[in-house]
Amino acid sequence: MVSGIGSTAAPILYDADFYIHELYPINFFGTTVYITTTHVCTVLVMAALMIFTLVARRSVLRAEKEGKPSTLATIVEMGVDMLIRFVESVMGKSAAKRYVTYMGVLFLYIFVCNTSGIFGLRPPTADFGTTFCLALITFVMIQYANIRYNKFGAFTSLFEPIFLFFPMNVISEFSTPVSMSLRLFGNITAGTVLMSLYYGMLPWFAKIGVPSFLHIYFDLFSGAIQTYVFCMLTVTFVKDKRGAY
Amino acid sequence: MDINIEGLVYAFSALGAGIAVCSGIGTGIGQGNAAGMAAQAVGRNPGAKGDIMSTMLLGQAVAETTGLYGLVVALLLMFVKPFK
Repeated sequence: MVSGIGSTAAPILYDADFYIHELYPINFFGTTVYITTTHVCTVLVMAALMIFTLVARRSVLRAEKEGKPSTLATIVEMGVDMLIRFVESVMGKSAAKRYVTYMGVLFLYIFVCNTSGIFGLRPPTADFGTTFCLALITFVMIQYANIRYNKFGAFTSLFEPIFLFFPMNVISEFSTPVSMSLRLFGNITAGTVLMSLYYGMLPWFAKIGVPSFLHIYFDLFSGAIQTYVFCMLTVTFVKDKRGAY
Repeated sequence: MDINIEGLVYAFSALGAGIAVCSGIGTGIGQGNAAGMAAQAVGRNPGAKGDIMSTMLLGQAVAETTGLYGLVVALLLMFVKPFK
């Protein structure tokens, strides 16, 4: 039982398992939908993030009370500092305050999703549903900033050089979420597919040692780069629409 | 020799997937160009390494999009099989 990518099992790749599996059917107003691997992995990722957040909060609070930060508190503080500097470097100080919390959530979520391949999960970001939703949030943020700060200019800018460019401007607005989601999805899916092909099609002696380097590249490096790019693009697009504000 | 139409569709889907992945050529050239220019820039101005790095990564990610479209088309052809 497979869905999404590969609704019919490919006859050649019988050993490589990178499909999204349907685990548990649910009747949703007459149509059958499934709890898939993506859902399970997303819940696991969220649970891990929540536990991490609670532990980090506790250690930071304790550091404040005792006046002596622990290692975890220091690391968390450094991370938050880096995040704030990253958002501020693009948006400027006053605007960064509004967006830094969302960027932190986005960054943590995408990063842990991308790197969850190391722990044997199927990365939730290797499902187009997840990435498209993330990109839709970005799209809404962009358009909200556009309408809020450009007022009527948000509409007139669609006819920018001359009115003939209207369809192209509309397409370029709507292609933003598509290209962002496809970029994340494509990168992570490529890594997942390649890793499962490697595990599924090579003899046993090729699976000793070598996959660790592949994991470092496809999961850690590629995942971190794509996280950075997604967050950077979100911040940049929103900043573009905010203009001088 | 009789030709099975289903096999023919499979074969051409695989062929199309291979051709679609050729879009990686342009992506590779573009990304390599960006990386080379970034290396030059760092050589000229080592102090600005952080800014150059982030600009390069952003540019490469945008350049990567077209290659990824090819990859997605190839994946669709291979695994979703829109042409039955």
